[in-house]
Amino acid sequence: MTQATGTLAATYEDRPIGLWTDALRRMRRSPAAIIGVTIVGLFVLMAIFAPFLAPFEPTRGTLADSYLPPSPEHWFGTNIQGQDVLSRIIFGARLTLGIAVLSVVIGVAVGGLLGALAGYFRGWVDSVIMRGVDIMLAIPGLLFAIAVVTYLGRGFVQIAVAIAILNVPIFARLLRASLLSLSEADYVIAARSVGVAGPTLLIRHMLPNAVSPLIVQGTLALATAVVDAAALGFLGLGPPDPGTPEWGTMLSDTYRYLNNAVYLAFFPGIAIVISVLGFNLLGDGMREALDPKLRR
Amino acid sequence: MTAAATAAGAPEPVGQPLLRTDQLRVHFPITEGIIFERRVGAVRAVDGVSLDVHRGETLGLVGESGCGKSTFARAVIRLLDATDGRIIFDGTDVTTLRGDALRRMRRRMQMIFQDPYASLNPRMTIGSMLAEPLRVHQIASGKQAAKRAQQLVEIVGLPRNAINRYPHEFSGGQRQRAGIARALAVQPEFIAADEAVSALDVSIQAQIINLLADLQREFNLTYLFIAHDLSVVRHISDRIAVMYLGEVVELSPSRQLYDRPLHPYTVALVSAVPIPDPKVETRRKRMILRGDVPSPANPPSGCRFHTRCWLRRELGDPERCVSETPELRQMAPGHGVACHFAEELAGQDRRDELVAAAAEHSDARKTDDADVVAPTDIEPPPEAPEHFMSGDAAQH
Repeated sequence: MTQATGTLAATYEDRPIGLWTDALRRMRRSPAAIIGVTIVGLFVLMAIFAPFLAPFEPTRGTLADSYLPPSPEHWFGTNIQGQDVLSRIIFGARLTLGIAVLSVVIGVAVGGLLGALAGYFRGWVDSVIMRGVDIMLAIPGLLFAIAVVTYLGRGFVQIAVAIAILNVPIFARLLRASLLSLSEADYVIAARSVGVAGPTLLIRHMLPNAVSPLIVQGTLALATAVVDAAALGFLGLGPPDPGTPEWGTMLSDTYRYLNNAVYLAFFPGIAIVISVLGFNLLGDGMREALDPKLRR
Repeated sequence: MTAAATAAGAPEPVGQPLLRTDQLRVHFPITEGIIFERRVGAVRAVDGVSLDVHRGETLGLVGESGCGKSTFARAVIRLLDATDGRIIFDGTDVTTLRGDALRRMRRRMQMIFQDPYASLNPRMTIGSMLAEPLRVHQIASGKQAAKRAQQLVEIVGLPRNAINRYPHEFSGGQRQRAGIARALAVQPEFIAADEAVSALDVSIQAQIINLLADLQREFNLTYLFIAHDLSVVRHISDRIAVMYLGEVVELSPSRQLYDRPLHPYTVALVSAVPIPDPKVETRRKRMILRGDVPSPANPPSGCRFHTRCWLRRELGDPERCVSETPELRQMAPGHGVACHFAEELAGQDRRDELVAAAAEHSDARKTDDADVVAPTDIEPPPEAPEHFMSGDAAQH
């Protein structure tokens, strides 16, 4: 026996490989995930360095320059107010990504908390929370968001909150389901049999193993949030100042001129599609990398 | 010494048992309705099991999948609540212990799980997993706990650097060693090994069984050893209890159970174990049980085995099997059998005759409707019991 373990020990590297390191390694081997990371990374960089990247100020323009087609000076052309579309898309990334991230953070926090409460306490707590979740899921998403924005008023945070509310039931269900199945997992039972109880069991043994589906869903929710934010903007529920560059708002400003200025709708649309694609690829890549069934 | 040596002629131990269950029942309610749940029945997973486990011995528990052996172990360890009956551990009734008292009791009884891939937390290093019980029970913390974890890792034969590693970096056998180390961490007196080797390769099984035997000697452990593989159980057990549909049908010293099985179910199980001698093996009569285990939610009346009993068929379907529930009767010192007609099997010649007749009948049926004939769930071990000790044991 000792002989056997001696040889086995020699086959190991000295540095322990954590699960996250392992997942990262597998993600690096997936082309889809790499494309996703690249796209998302580019959009994030674009948002951060918008003032340096944008050739013009997004809100300044003269009417003399309105409806200029794409040219070396204005790559994506100009809109009715003569504002540079490229600059507006670059600055628009800030708002869109900001709303997406904030809404997912709120959604994960609130939904996760509700899900954890339901999955941990079970019984009537579970029933009450889950029936509430069912009710929320029964309401059509975008209508609900419109109602929330109308009620709270227009603005960055309000839009994020409205989209977050759509996410809450999804995350609550997800975490509750993970916790319920984990509570029957051998290692959780083993921890109980060793004497670990209550909150320690939840925090040390259950939650760390329940987060990976939450992370995957969170990434995919970013994509949905981008679409939702654009939809709200398109419907006129974007930022209160119409001058603020926002992809959805930009789309709705231009659809009347589609006949003679397609590029006005084309570029913001492409920005939305590519960013959504990036988040989806990233989410799928993470799902594969974090799936315990693909390990061993 | 080998575990087989103690198993050979173990007399009935005397004195107070370390663990005693008295008519233990674990029923799972079957409910209907979503909001207002109504109880419409119960799965009687464990239905009146009374067993004693004596200090230092290994009690084997065998039976088909779904016969309630794992449920029994979990109830004994108090991971499941008993529906009825009592669990007495070292003179204390632990059936309804809660809170702190239960936690203190957990120090003395531990469990080893079946699936080494499912029983270790993938987000914890082996070291923190081993230190956790020490902290929970305030045995040690910090440096001391780390030192103890290192000790445990070495005791179970894992590489020294295992404490900084995650479970997914280990093979099945090594993970099972880690699981054993966790069970040992609190220095328990009693360990329930629930199919501890069933998920492992045969060569690894031998290593783990030998490890368990070594640990038993070193730390004076008492085992409840559950398996569906008779040759594995035989190897490590002093006494063996055979379970069928939530009840114990035979309890006997391990050697006797193989040489002189008295319950028709046990006879069928023993006949399914291959013999590592090709000459004998070809002549071996296999008793094939027909059909599936009946549902524990609606067990048959009288003797629960009567629906599949070959002896009953040979004896011309006596009415008593259906109408009267057999008690566990003492047929020999320490050898209990729950069968009305166990006497028929007591004599060697008569037993051989009956077995041969039944085997013939089941062979005849096999050709008639092959797909209906299901062998028992007991998986024939690919290797013989004697081989467990060879090779690996020599290294000790």
